[in-house]
Amino acid sequence: MQKFDRHQGVVAPLDRANVDTDLIIPKQFLKSIKRTGFGVNLFDELRYQDEGYPGQDVAKRPLNPDFMLNQPRYQGASILLARRNFGCGSSREHAPWALEDFGFRVIIAPSFADIFYNNAFKNGLLLVTLEEDTVARLFQEVDAEEGYALDVDLENQRVITPSGEVLEFEIDEFRKHCLLNGLDDIGITLQDEPAIRAFEARHRESRPWLFRQAQ
Amino acid sequence: MSGQTLYDKLWSQHLVKERGDGTALIYIDRQLLHEVTSPQAFEGLRLAGRRPWRLDANLATPDHNVPTTLKERAEGNTGIKDPVSLIQVQTLDDNCDSFGIEEFRINDARQGIVHVVGPEQGATLPGMTVVCGDSHTATHGAFAALAHGIGTSEVEHVLATQCLLAQKMKNMQVRVEGRLGAGVTAKDIVLAIIGRIGTAGGTGYAIEFAGSAIRDLSMEGRMTVCNMAIEAGARVGLIGVDDTTIDYLRERPFAPQGELWDAAVTEWRNLVSDDDAAFDKVVTIDAADIEPQVSWGTSPEMVANVSGEVPDPASARDETVKHSYSRALEYMGLSPKQKITDIKLDKVFIGSCTNSRIEDLREAARVAKGKKVAASIQLAMVVPGSGLVKRQAEAEGLDRIFIEAGFEWREPGCSMCLAMNADKLGAGEHCASTSNRNFEGRQGYGGRTHLVSPAMAAAAAIAGHFVDVRQFAANDDTQVQEA
Ligand code: SF4
Repeated sequence: MQKFDRHQGVVAPLDRANVDTDLIIPKQFLKSIKRTGFGVNLFDELRYQDEGYPGQDVAKRPLNPDFMLNQPRYQGASILLARRNFGCGSSREHAPWALEDFGFRVIIAPSFADIFYNNAFKNGLLLVTLEEDTVARLFQEVDAEEGYALDVDLENQRVITPSGEVLEFEIDEFRKHCLLNGLDDIGITLQDEPAIRAFEARHRESRPWLFRQAQ
Repeated sequence: MSGQTLYDKLWSQHLVKERGDGTALIYIDRQLLHEVTSPQAFEGLRLAGRRPWRLDANLATPDHNVPTTLKERAEGNTGIKDPVSLIQVQTLDDNCDSFGIEEFRINDARQGIVHVVGPEQGATLPGMTVVCGDSHTATHGAFAALAHGIGTSEVEHVLATQCLLAQKMKNMQVRVEGRLGAGVTAKDIVLAIIGRIGTAGGTGYAIEFAGSAIRDLSMEGRMTVCNMAIEAGARVGLIGVDDTTIDYLRERPFAPQGELWDAAVTEWRNLVSDDDAAFDKVVTIDAADIEPQVSWGTSPEMVANVSGEVPDPASARDETVKHSYSRALEYMGLSPKQKITDIKLDKVFIGSCTNSRIEDLREAARVAKGKKVAASIQLAMVVPGSGLVKRQAEAEGLDRIFIEAGFEWREPGCSMCLAMNADKLGAGEHCASTSNRNFEGRQGYGGRTHLVSPAMAAAAAIAGHFVDVRQFAANDDTQVQEA
């Protein structure tokens, strides 16, 4: 998992509440055998004017010019600004995979759905929860200024706006630790590698038949 | 201090570390892999630049997506017509190749449903922890192995660390005492248990099946019982070691040999619950009370005796049950108080990880021998659980019995259990199925599944509707081999 300590990037505004995981990545893309490559289908229904299906050549699809990700001013955005209850719906881990594959590193919203919250952190996405009023104000600022960028400082738990305003946010220590160090569940378990090796050696010694292959 | 349950013993033998937050790291001895739940796990490894921790702990085989007709199978992977299925199977092959994991490929005689293949190879041994990205991994508990179904991110976690993050479960014992009546099988035991405790009855528990009726079962029968622990809500089903377990494993390819075998057997003998072990919950069932079972609804707890009838929602104990019964009857196209034996069938499926082992096929063949599938049945198919089961059945002449009776004799795989390949039910069709789930749409959109034992399925195929197999058991002939 990619480490996260501080990130500065252009903000893309997604002005809707209750964005569900089906909107983030529609179900027809779940048949994939991969966890990468979902970025081109992120927000598929909003982004394109036709119906998406797996394996399509997306370069040929008609874009919806009104959708913000298709507007020149938000190209290269890596911070998504959204409304409340972002990520509700199914538990698909494809949602954070798609957001990340697209290039988002941070999502800012007044609240997030539970399972999505978990899944996102497992995959190295930082979710920043800010007050509803603050988020509303950020939407106005983003709209008013082309190239509007935020500076997200995880270590100090703050977001710094272009005018120098500091917005503090809460995050639990464990998740913060994992993100700062790039530790996913596997990474955390591997911190116990010596204990696993020691156990394995004892186990092999006392029950060698469990380690035997077919003859 | 009271003694330990089998589950407690297996847990403590694999405990690497308690993490202080209620979870623990447990060491995994065996991981079985199939094509549906492994691709993203392998990709995750690749993206993170990780290698599998211990290659020889893993064994893979494609099963969910493989076609089951001889013609398609003769073409190997190219016989898979659905492009998505094909990609999944090819990806498993590629991943096993590039990471160096042993795989029984589509045309290997040892290929089959993972839960049939593992035990058949002796790759599942007593005292092991076994995981697979599939909920029916509970099957392997029949060997006193602690076996869990896991999700794809856990598959990756086990590949990378050889450990699983787990929470200790509570202990439940289901005792089935006494002798089963003739024509009543392991499948009827487990359906009756689920009917009794409900599909959530085992939630949070590891269920140990015990009692004389369980001891009397063959390993195949025990696997059928443990397989459906998950339908009773329990991720783990277990049965203690005895001679039956040990006899089954002797000389299996992955089982130890020589002195190592002797040492293993000595240790395996301890893999039973201590006499004074305390269980959080005990359920006792009298084997003599169990009749052949038929599920009438859309949940495995909706079962009835073959001599019984479909329930009347009007007499349900509360509103919730009433509602779920009404909805199930509507989906299943059945009426209240309809006799089970009046349910007419369109298709019959004998197979799945619950009932596709040699003994299951023998039971079905015994019933089908010398008879004909009813003209009203559109399709009756027998799908062996593995290439080796198929070979054995053919050596015993079971294939001929089935074919002569009008059954289709197929190649091994999951097949119509979940309809991921071309084997499916049409909308509204009733199917007598030896599989484990009768959820809406499980065997095809709008399909109506009735869970039964292999003998009951074969009898239903011949009659065209459900019948009490005990009427068929009259010409019981254990010498089917010489057919
Ligand atoms: S046979 Fe059915 S239940 Fe068993 S592993 Fe295959 S799909 Fe799952």
